[in-house]
Amino acid sequence: MSVSHEISPLIRPRSKILTRFGREVNWGDFVFHRTTALLAALLIAALAAMAAAMVHGSAESLKTFGWGFVSSQVWDPVRDVYGALPFIYGTIASSLLALFFAVPISLGVAIFLSELAPAWLRGPVGFLVELLAAVPSVVYGLWGIFALAPWLRTTVEPFLARTLGFLPFFQGQQRGFGMLAGGIILAIMITPTISSVSREVLRAVPSALREGALGLGATPWEAVRIAVLPYARSGLVGATILGLGRALGETMAITMVIGNRSEISASLFAPSYTMASVIANEFSEATGSLYLSALAEVGLLLFVVTVLLNIVARLLVWRVAHLPQGGSL
Amino acid sequence: MNSRPIIRKPSRGEGSPGDERQRWDEVSISTLVPKMRTLDLHAYFGQAEVLKGISLQIAEKQVTAVIGPSGCGKSTFVRCLNRMHEVVPGARATGEVLLDKQDIYQGDVDAVRVRRRVGMVFQKPNPFPTMSIRDNVLAGLRLNGERPDDPDALVEKVLQRVALWDEVKDILGRAGTGLSGGQQQRLCIARSLALEPEVLLMDEPCSALDPIATARVEELIHELRKSYTIVIVTHNMQQAARVSNFTAFFYLGKLVEHDRTDVIFTRPKEQRTEDYITGRFG
Amino acid sequence: MLSRYARRKFMNVFVRSTCVAATVIALIPLVSVLYYVTSRGIGGISLDFFSELPKPVGESGGGMANALVGTLKLIFLACVFGIPPGVLAGVYLAEFGASRFGKLVRFSADVMSGVPSITVGIFVYSLVVLRAKHFSAFAGGLALGVLMLPTVTRTTEELLKLVPESLREAALGLGLPKWRATLRVMLRTAAPGIATGVMLAVARVAGETAPLLFTAFSNPFWSSGLNEPTASLPVNIYNYAVSPYEEWHRQAWAAALVLLLLVLLLNVSARLLVRSRVGAR
Repeated sequence: MSVSHEISPLIRPRSKILTRFGREVNWGDFVFHRTTALLAALLIAALAAMAAAMVHGSAESLKTFGWGFVSSQVWDPVRDVYGALPFIYGTIASSLLALFFAVPISLGVAIFLSELAPAWLRGPVGFLVELLAAVPSVVYGLWGIFALAPWLRTTVEPFLARTLGFLPFFQGQQRGFGMLAGGIILAIMITPTISSVSREVLRAVPSALREGALGLGATPWEAVRIAVLPYARSGLVGATILGLGRALGETMAITMVIGNRSEISASLFAPSYTMASVIANEFSEATGSLYLSALAEVGLLLFVVTVLLNIVARLLVWRVAHLPQGGSL
Repeated sequence: MNSRPIIRKPSRGEGSPGDERQRWDEVSISTLVPKMRTLDLHAYFGQAEVLKGISLQIAEKQVTAVIGPSGCGKSTFVRCLNRMHEVVPGARATGEVLLDKQDIYQGDVDAVRVRRRVGMVFQKPNPFPTMSIRDNVLAGLRLNGERPDDPDALVEKVLQRVALWDEVKDILGRAGTGLSGGQQQRLCIARSLALEPEVLLMDEPCSALDPIATARVEELIHELRKSYTIVIVTHNMQQAARVSNFTAFFYLGKLVEHDRTDVIFTRPKEQRTEDYITGRFG
Repeated sequence: MLSRYARRKFMNVFVRSTCVAATVIALIPLVSVLYYVTSRGIGGISLDFFSELPKPVGESGGGMANALVGTLKLIFLACVFGIPPGVLAGVYLAEFGASRFGKLVRFSADVMSGVPSITVGIFVYSLVVLRAKHFSAFAGGLALGVLMLPTVTRTTEELLKLVPESLREAALGLGLPKWRATLRVMLRTAAPGIATGVMLAVARVAGETAPLLFTAFSNPFWSSGLNEPTASLPVNIYNYAVSPYEEWHRQAWAAALVLLLLVLLLNVSARLLVRSRVGAR
């Protein structure tokens, strides 16, 4: 049974042109390589363009205010004088407060899920924690306005004022809306981030370490404390920094509960204003190029800080867990 | 060198070379038409030279076995025959490989076209998991944009050739990965045959299969020999003795001996060949 | 006084309970949000909600039909801008990405995925809105697409790398050119996983509000085509929630319910897709 087709020539006539560009004899391969490379370059271009756009947009404000921008408290659109200190304070304070709540909770969740929970529970509970991340920011904000803030105003803040009112943190008028609400809502939103990265980090710890400790007669918690946590420490710090980055950039939920008043106060009951919030509130109505430029500069600061934090965090996490560093973080 | 048979070819049923034994004795390599030839073939992975000047003839419509210890270059050699060697980054080859007197390594020869004429079956069966059995068979044609006139007839014809038709004719729509290992490997052979190659390269096709599946594939090779030139790499000497007409023994990147299989296994000319065959190493 | 051993056992139980408590505390807000959105949102869901335009305050019977359509429009645009370039860039990284250029691409994708979404809004504002001198759905969709791009790229890359090389060899052995082998065999095999990642990216983007605030902006009426500002569910929720009107609050809850259901649907289907693939094996 011999094959009766025409033996196809081994040489493709057109390929002679392309051998000049290198090994690729096949024009399909050539086009494929160049096209995908172009689109990959798009990512670099987008990032560069973003940075450039922010710098360009802030140029006027940078020139006008220089370093005074970050040290001045005056934000006056009427007189066209802008200083971002209240927003910087608000952003940092609310994020640190969020970390204060979220880190212990996230760590507890991560340890529970990766070390202590029975196998059948890990899937469902893990899924629920991830669901926390799926809820859109604006829905949290809505809940914050009508559920969280009233609860704080009627229950929590009076309690704190009664018991800890001698501290400057718990003085002043209790509105529900304010720094405390902002910190809590941010904490809720960054918990899934910190806990899922921490879980990955803890999972990356070689089980031999854990088992070694258990074999010496340690209780499960002791095995975690002695063997796992020290190894994972830098990765866990990285997870925290990632959470911090996320908190800094969070916009909607915090805008809706933090009160949006640019004042700097030590009290957690007082309203505040974050960098993202001021942009969200005022950008679309900003008149005058200096106003817009000042807002753009706020955005630039936010951009630079989150990028730096992101890089640091990934380096720390990568060192422990060799994560597939994807957009899921 | 003694004339005692070192490995005995087991006698088989109908269609075995035993029927032709009379004429076979008179045949030698030089009298057969070479379908493929290599001339001073060198192959490299980066700086490491894996094949050191191989000059070998592959006889047409015969089964040539390539044997040798691990790392001797037999897989690399076979992968040079259809220009799969250079797919690995950093790999390259020099020398000539002639397919019907045309050098496939010549500058403007398209490797893709070579592989249509020189098909390959791999060690681990690799049917496409996203495709049904039927689509797997047609994959070679379809993925190249060709439309067979009567796909169903082609599928049946090809699956009949690999003796798989009766087993799968009612489940053609099922995923290719749902079959047993031996069936998957025969499916992969069918997939290659659908392209009507002239040469079929087989890189240790049975090493991932159980003995029964192995026997069936070997029967298949026996059948296919009538229409295709086959080169089979194997680390199993008994297999080489069973299925092949010619055997080439490789050692450390060099071709040590190449002759009729019965000669290699009963009265090899080289000491190293004899040492390998009698199990002194490898 | 407790013996040393008893103290250690107690410590173990104590920490264990603390971790359980932490988990419970973490999940309380989720339950609360789901409860509030469902109970308060149901009341606002009506036929009017899905079919009517917003009515002025005081009049009843207004709806968010334009916002629903707007959100769908924006999601569609985001997919157009984010998926094809993202997938192909991911293919590049998986096939040719070992070079320094590839590392730079990967770095850019990772950095971009951590940037605050409002910054992307500013970027698209300066790129599109300033030049066109008006807000548009196009700008909003572009912002969302840029947000999706890094996620889709990395997901595609990771999943392509998981496809066994033996399949590529089989394809090449059949005489396919490299690009066909990649697209029609490797990518096709990785497709379900990539689809899952894409759905999760869409779910995240569907709920984004900040970048829309000054790109797509908002619109009390129908927006025709892609070149007009458009209402969207998230922006409407925000505007209505911070307003002083009771009726608008009700609508905000209803919109939140719809949005949440959309997002949860995408999330759950994405995970089911993964599970069914694994089961089929």
